[in-house]
Amino acid sequence: MDDTLDIGGRQVDSRLFIGTGKFADYNLIPQVIKASQAQVVTVALRRVDFATPAENMLNYLPQNIILMPNTSGARNATEAIRIARIAREAGCGNWVKIEIISDQKYLLPDNFETVKAIEVLAKDGFVVLPYMSPDLMAAKRMAEAGAAAIMPLGAPIGTNRGLKMREMIQILIAEINLPIIVDAGIGRPSEAAEAMELGAAAVLVNTAIATADNPVLMAEAFGQAVAAGRKAYLAGPGAAQRFAAASSPLTGFLRNGESVTP
Amino acid sequence: MTFYDEIIKLKDTDYSAVFERVTPAQIAKILAKTELQPQDFLALLSPQAESVLEEMAQAAHRLTLQHFGRTIILYTPLYLANYCVNHCVYCGFNAANNIQRRKLTLAEVALEAKAIAATGLQHLLILTGESREHSPVSYIKECVTILRRYFSSLAIEIYPLSTEEYAELIAAGVDGLTIYQEVYDEKTYRRVHPSGPKRDYRFRLETPERAGQAGIRTINIGALLGLGEWRSEAFLAGMHLAYLQQQFPEIEVSISFPRMRPQFGNYQPEFPVSDRCLVQSIMALRLFLPRAGITISTRESAALRDNLIRLGVTKMSAGSSTTIGGHTDAKDSLGQFEISDKRSVDEVRQSIANLGYKPVLKDWHDLSRGGKKDNETISVS
Repeated sequence: MDDTLDIGGRQVDSRLFIGTGKFADYNLIPQVIKASQAQVVTVALRRVDFATPAENMLNYLPQNIILMPNTSGARNATEAIRIARIAREAGCGNWVKIEIISDQKYLLPDNFETVKAIEVLAKDGFVVLPYMSPDLMAAKRMAEAGAAAIMPLGAPIGTNRGLKMREMIQILIAEINLPIIVDAGIGRPSEAAEAMELGAAAVLVNTAIATADNPVLMAEAFGQAVAAGRKAYLAGPGAAQRFAAASSPLTGFLRNGESVTP
Repeated sequence: MTFYDEIIKLKDTDYSAVFERVTPAQIAKILAKTELQPQDFLALLSPQAESVLEEMAQAAHRLTLQHFGRTIILYTPLYLANYCVNHCVYCGFNAANNIQRRKLTLAEVALEAKAIAATGLQHLLILTGESREHSPVSYIKECVTILRRYFSSLAIEIYPLSTEEYAELIAAGVDGLTIYQEVYDEKTYRRVHPSGPKRDYRFRLETPERAGQAGIRTINIGALLGLGEWRSEAFLAGMHLAYLQQQFPEIEVSISFPRMRPQFGNYQPEFPVSDRCLVQSIMALRLFLPRAGITISTRESAALRDNLIRLGVTKMSAGSSTTIGGHTDAKDSLGQFEISDKRSVDEVRQSIANLGYKPVLKDWHDLSRGGKKDNETISVS
């Protein structure tokens, strides 16, 4: 079945995006990408060590992936824009994940500053994927500003707490005409599958894979869960019922040879 | 309203009385909580909590892994000058000490920078003694201009400045501030700082707030363990950090737990802090402030540092020298204090990797390097 995800003119088969910030060893990253079959990988520019080849994470990424630099460390739109451009100038391509955090305690994204950054970067030719707190009005503004996808958090980043924002994400999926990618908070493959079943276009995972006892095996599990969740969504699951469905419905007579009262 | 007002409120706390009331049931309850209150933090610093060190360690390990992953950020100090007008009784650079005084020339700064950068380190902490005559802000600024060519992040650990002076250094390329209150108990503070500008307790206490107002990115604070009773000192340092996190949510805050080391002058700590106490302080802080960075320097031994990695530490110094010119021509001169972990940067990196962690050499990017467009103004409402 042909089921590719279109973002910024690129077709992606795998709907699992991978974050790279918390791994114990860069050598694990290519193994994780291979095991999960992920094609989109996000890297924080702040961590890219261009000066030392052995320390440059970019040198560990396979050639055929789509690199999505992120603006981790940006506290406002101006810094995010600066980081995005530095990344592009350094040869990291024109995709960027906007991540603007002005609150280091909870690490929640700043939707207001994010909208401003999208406006500038989208005009500047970037494929902009904003990380955001799930809010319908903010998502609409981001779409209008030129975002290529919307990336709401499932739960606060790094918490592995799953789809705590489920209701809000469902609204975004229903109302926003862009791919909705659940970024942050997903702790288990089952939760990734749940997001996909809801109709998310993709999920982005880092902590849950990087801090697993066996990150490569966990990456494979996530890859499979995301694929399974996507298939379930496409298959159109039967609606869950609160009560057992009666085989002889009480209102069955209404359908049997309806007569019109004279 | 500054942290000084909070200190006033906490001034009359009877710590022994609080600790006497802590029960094992209370500790068990705290360990099951997801968000700790100040009184919980204090309870974890109590003698009663010593019986649950392993449980605290497991929780601290889990939280650190969750928030920081398997990574340790590395940095090294660079001492620019040891001229000092203060008389801190515990410091080798004490103005009264008859030691060789020196200040690096700008050419020497570049040589030291090259030597350090050759180890791969990208985060540098710049230090001076307090002497506005020998190491004025203008000199530090000149050094920063040179050093930013070699490093991606520059932090300063110098005498307290005004907000305007911090803004000046930030504009020149400084992104981080380290400042230790040394001791939070005001009476002890006055005793160990008998003269010099550092005697002003409040001006020093409010230093991180001035740097925060000037727009610094990272702030690292700490108490010099050994000067005061460690439980209350660790508590007040943690409260200070929580205050800064609350007041400046955009700033990455972190804390050090420096224990006093042998130094010229041979001051003996009044309250020696054992490994167990150090570990308890670190873990209590981690459970209280899960998102805060924890720094451990080469004041501690290689073996202890290796063990602390899994207990909450997120940042370590490596290949350190506390001597002026210590990376080039003055390797054997007398420093501010004796370091304990004398391993090279490579050895520290290898050791961290062997423990299953990634030594991170770069965690910030100098935003003045590219990314600018002419004639573009970004409206920030």
